[in-house]
Amino acid sequence: MTDDTLGWMSVPLAIVAGTFRGSAPFLFVSLGECLTEKAGKINLGLEGTLLTGAMTAYAVSYLTKSPWLGVLAAGLAGVGLGLIHAWLSQRPRVSDVAVGIAMIIFGSGIAFFFGKAFIQPKAIPLPVFELGNWSSYPQVQDALKISPLLLIGIVIAPVMQWFFSSTRWGLYVRAVGDSPSAARAMGISVVGVRTGAIVAGSFLAGIGGASLSLYYPGLWSERISSGQGLMAVALVIFARWQPIHCLWAALLFGGAQAIGPSLQAVGISSYRYLFNAAPYIMTLIITIATCSPRRTLSGSPGALGTNE
Amino acid sequence: MSPIYIPRRKFIRGAIATAAFGATSQLWAGCTEQAPTNTANTGAPSTSGSPAAALLTIGFVYVGPKDDFGYSQAHYEGETAIAKLPNVKTVSEASVAETATVQETMLSMINQNNVSALFPTSFGYFDPHILKVAAANPKVQFFHCGGMYTEGKHPKNIGSYYGYIDEAEYVAGVVAGLTTKTGKLGFVAAKPIPQVVRNINSYTLGARSVNPKVTVQVIFTGDWSVPVKEAEAANSMVDQGVDVLTCHVDSPKVVMETAEKRKIFCTGYHANQSKLAPNGYLTGAEWDWTSVYTQYVEWFKAGKSVTDGGIPHLVRGGLKEKFCKVSPFGSAVSAATKKEAEKVLAKFMDGSMVIYAGEIKDNTGKVVIAKGKEYKQTDLDLEKMDWFVEGVIGNVKS
Repeated sequence: MTDDTLGWMSVPLAIVAGTFRGSAPFLFVSLGECLTEKAGKINLGLEGTLLTGAMTAYAVSYLTKSPWLGVLAAGLAGVGLGLIHAWLSQRPRVSDVAVGIAMIIFGSGIAFFFGKAFIQPKAIPLPVFELGNWSSYPQVQDALKISPLLLIGIVIAPVMQWFFSSTRWGLYVRAVGDSPSAARAMGISVVGVRTGAIVAGSFLAGIGGASLSLYYPGLWSERISSGQGLMAVALVIFARWQPIHCLWAALLFGGAQAIGPSLQAVGISSYRYLFNAAPYIMTLIITIATCSPRRTLSGSPGALGTNE
Repeated sequence: MSPIYIPRRKFIRGAIATAAFGATSQLWAGCTEQAPTNTANTGAPSTSGSPAAALLTIGFVYVGPKDDFGYSQAHYEGETAIAKLPNVKTVSEASVAETATVQETMLSMINQNNVSALFPTSFGYFDPHILKVAAANPKVQFFHCGGMYTEGKHPKNIGSYYGYIDEAEYVAGVVAGLTTKTGKLGFVAAKPIPQVVRNINSYTLGARSVNPKVTVQVIFTGDWSVPVKEAEAANSMVDQGVDVLTCHVDSPKVVMETAEKRKIFCTGYHANQSKLAPNGYLTGAEWDWTSVYTQYVEWFKAGKSVTDGGIPHLVRGGLKEKFCKVSPFGSAVSAATKKEAEKVLAKFMDGSMVIYAGEIKDNTGKVVIAKGKEYKQTDLDLEKMDWFVEGVIGNVKS
C-alpha cells in the first residue's frame, strides 16, 4: 500500500474530495437563504434550522431505519421553523434580523433538547454513488464517493436560477423582494409570497442539516454545524443572489475547509491556524469586500433589510 | 410618541408583584446562607454521627454531553458509579460552556443542592471560573481535572487530579506499531497543549519501541470538538497511507467512525469505542474515573478535606493506580502483538516502566533527554512538554 500514496499530489486531491464531501450543507443553506432574500427577508435563523435538520434526520433515520425518511423529516422540521420565522418576521415593526438571531437560539435549543438521546446510537447513513471505481488509487475512489444530496443540490441551483428568471412565480418573488409596494399594486400577496419563500428556504436548509448528520461527517453532535449556517448567509452576498453562483461559492467553501487538514497531512504545519481558519477568513473578507454603507450591491433585492 | 400611560390599578398590581418577588428572593438568600453550614456538617468529622446527616452531595459539571463516547462520558461513568454508593447523592449538568455560565452552574449547585464537593471536569473551567467561585465559597471543596494547583497562589479549597493516561497511550502505541502495515500512524489532536503533546509522544515512543520505522503524523484541528475538521483530518491522513488512526479530541466518535469507514485500524481515547469500529478497533487509552471518584468519596467519608490538607492538593496516578486502563484488545490484534502489549502493561503495573528514559531526541534531531537521564511520571518537566519526539511529523509551535 505504501506505493499507492500520492505524496503532495494528495493536497489538491484532498481539496477536491473535501469539496465533494463538505459543500452540500453550504449549498442547501445558501440556496434556501437566496430564495428567502430574493423575497426581501433575511433569515439568519438558518444556522438553527441546519442543526434541527441534522438532529431530525439522524433521529428519524435511526428510528425508522430509512435515511431518506430522515432527509424528508429534516426538510419538514425546517418547514416548521420556517413558519415561525415567517410569521414573526412579518409582524409590524419586527426586525427580521432580530427574529433570525432568536431563531438560531431556538433552533439549536430544540435540536440539543431532542438530540440528547441520539448522540450515542448509530443511524443508517445515506447511500453514496461510487464514481471513482475506474481509478486504481483508493484515494481517488474514496474522493469520488458522491452524496446523492450534493447531486440534488447541484440540480436545484440551475432550476432555481431558471425559476427566478423565467417563471411567473419567480417574477412574483423578485417583485416582492424588490418593491413590495409595486407588488401589492400588481395584486400579489406580499405576505403570502414571502411566507412561501421563507418556508421553502427553510426546507432546503433542513436538508442541508441532513447532509451533515447522514453523510458527512455522518453523526449527530451538538457541535456539528460549527457555524456553517451563518457562513452560508455570507455566501449568498458573495453569490450576488444568483443561485448558480451559490453553487460555485458553496463548492469553494467546501474546498476551503479541507485546506488546513490536508496540508498538515503532508507535513506542512506552519500557519496551520491560518489554514484551519480559511473558511472563516473567507467569510470575513467577502463580507468586508461586498458590504458598503455607501452603495447598494448590484443584484441585491431592493426591499432587503428595509423592513418594508 | 405619546407619553407612556399606566393605569393606576395596573401600577399597584405591578408593585405588589414586585414586592412579593423581592420577598421570596430574600427567602432564597436566607437559604443560601444556610448552605455552607450544611456542607460543613458533611465535610467535617460529623460523619461519625447519624447516617442521615452524613448524606454527601457531590456536583459534577461537564463540558460536553454525557454520552459522547468521549471525555465527558468517561467522567459521567465515574459519577454513576459513586452515585450508587451509600449516602452519596450526585447532581450534574452537561454541555456547560467554559464561560461565566459555569460559574452560574457551580453557584446554583452550591446554593440550591447544598453540594459539599464539586468536580467541574473541563480544563477551561479552572481559570478564572473555579478560582473565583472557590474563593467566595471557602466551605465547599473544588476538584479540578488536569489543573495546576499552586500553593499559596490559589484558594486552599481547590484540589487537582489527573491521570498519566500516556501510559495507556504507550501500550496502544505498541499495539499500533506492531499492527501497522504501512508504518504510518495518524494522530488527530485538538490543541498543542502539554497533555496532548505528551500523549502523542508516549504513543509514538510505544510504537517505535517495537517498530523503529514507524512515523506518527499529527494534525491539529484547533478545537476540542469540530466534527467536520476531525473527519477532514482523518480522511486526508488515510489518503496519505496512514493505516492506524487515533486522536485526542473531546469526542473520538468522528475519527473512529471515519477509520472504520475507510477500512483502516484505530485506537481509542477517553472511553471504550470498540462499538464504533467493530472491525478496526485495536485497543484504546481509557480513563478510569470510577476508581478515582470512589477514592475521593472514601476520603470525604473519613472526614478529610482538601482545605485542611487531609486530601492532597495534587492527586496523580497511572495504570498502576487505576487512573486509566487499556481497552480490551480487538479482533484485529494478533496473538503475538497481544503478548508483547501485555508484557509492557505488566511492567507498568509493577512500576518498573519509565517512558521518558534517555536518550530521547526531538523531531528536529536535538537531544532533549540525555543518555542515562530518566523522567519519572511525576516529574513536573513532563507537564510542560512542548516538543515532539523523533518520528512525529508535525510541530508544536505553528
